[in-house]
Amino acid sequence: MEENLYMENILDHYKHPHNAGRLEDATLSAKELNPSCGDVIELFLVLDDCDRVKDVKFDGKGCAVSTASVSMLTDRIKGRPLADVMSLGERDILELLGIDVGPMRMKCAMLPLRTLKSALANKK
Amino acid sequence: MKLSADILKDFPSLHAMDMRAYLDSAASSLTPKPALEAMDDYYSNFRANVHRGMYATSAKATERYEAVREVAAKFLNASADEIVFTSGTTDALNLLASSLGRMFGPGDEVVLTEMEHHADLVPWQEAAKRHGFALKFIPMRPDFTLDMDAARALITPKTKAVSVVHASNALGTVNPVKGLAVLAHAVGAVIILDAAQSAAHMKLDVRELDCDFLAFSAHKTYGPTGVGALYGKKALLEKLEPSRYGGDMIREVKLGSSTWNEPPWKFEAGTPNIAGVIGFGAALGYLMDIGMENVEAHDRELTAYALKKLSAVPGVRLIGPIAANFHDRENSRAKRIGVISFVVEGAHPHDLATLLDREGVAVRGGHHCAMPLMSKLGIAGTTRASFGIYNEEKDVDALVDALLKAKAVLKI
Repeated sequence: MEENLYMENILDHYKHPHNAGRLEDATLSAKELNPSCGDVIELFLVLDDCDRVKDVKFDGKGCAVSTASVSMLTDRIKGRPLADVMSLGERDILELLGIDVGPMRMKCAMLPLRTLKSALANKK
Repeated sequence: MKLSADILKDFPSLHAMDMRAYLDSAASSLTPKPALEAMDDYYSNFRANVHRGMYATSAKATERYEAVREVAAKFLNASADEIVFTSGTTDALNLLASSLGRMFGPGDEVVLTEMEHHADLVPWQEAAKRHGFALKFIPMRPDFTLDMDAARALITPKTKAVSVVHASNALGTVNPVKGLAVLAHAVGAVIILDAAQSAAHMKLDVRELDCDFLAFSAHKTYGPTGVGALYGKKALLEKLEPSRYGGDMIREVKLGSSTWNEPPWKFEAGTPNIAGVIGFGAALGYLMDIGMENVEAHDRELTAYALKKLSAVPGVRLIGPIAANFHDRENSRAKRIGVISFVVEGAHPHDLATLLDREGVAVRGGHHCAMPLMSKLGIAGTTRASFGIYNEEKDVDALVDALLKAKAVLKI
């Protein structure tokens, strides 16, 4: 059922996450917490003049599932137009992860998306 | 101390769950047949409301419900009119924060500890906001015990209540509550014990502990969910205002105002969890038949075994007192219970819990409703293995085996 939860690809992202760090000049940012484990993820986005994601970084420590998710999500949105980023949903995250997350770990997998949605909601 | 092998036969869910080791009794313990049968008996044979009907079945339900007050009183060495039925420890602590809190105001202080479960912290935060009193926190020392020197400085004539967790659900530490009771009473404050964890692991004697209030839950003492008991010294229960209102808790109701029933009933508004209370009584009776001294001895030996085994696993760091049974001048009892938290370097507690589950070992991973404590420790959470009377050394062996496998999967 969750046999592939800890496959090579996920562990690679967990141990060497992409886009880790902070952006002091972020256009949009948000911080969200997973209340079940206390993990916190902070996202920073810089938009260019044409509303494309020029740069994105995340800060925070999480489990393998949430870390792989944020690593892949930031890769996915970098360079993309805002309209595309705004349309991302849970199904996209599960596709990116490519694993059967299972109900117990869904909150971990979706924490980065929830943080992204909060950051986007801050856009006027 | 090995408890009888017959105990295992008394827990149907232990077999139905089909796992190698259930090590999450601190979250909720399993329920033995006598408690299940008592609840079934109520629903099958005398299913009526309590304190109301003028017919025999209702009288029987009332009698059986009220009899549990005697059982809970015996369990705590209290008297029956000092036992209030609640929906659990959280409910009891909310009642106290709300009803004691309204007697306090600006300039007053309530002393808690850094180890409090959210259930003993958040209700006091809200009461403090509403009534303008201040909260103070007894810090934890690096060895995961309370700093009693700090406690002596924090508990002052401004202190109106000291509310502390008896045994930490996140660390296993047993706090020196008798010493705290002396400090509280010396300044005229009441002392409240959150005994949610301690009640299932050690003999509780409210007279010996000299606590003013003590709360615990049925579902952590082998009873059903959604029920618990609050002990309060009789004179204090008489002074305390109820925090919930409705049927059964009143003496006289007029359109403009009402007066209250006697304690403990004035705190039990509405139809109570009758089956739950009856099951609770059977579970406490079951524990007393085993003998809490025997439960305590079993817990201490299993804890010592687990601490030794876990310490030998590379990368495991115990988050809690490292010895199962040592004494100090402030605490004559064992300093910890069989609630064992640890972190594994390089592994998140949720990943570990998932991987241990794959090996049939049920543990808890996370902050254990003690976020401020986790912040102080600089960790997001821990993995926690906790014992019940049905656990054996082979369960600890299964945990260690599963931990080694999890480390292999995570390549750490």
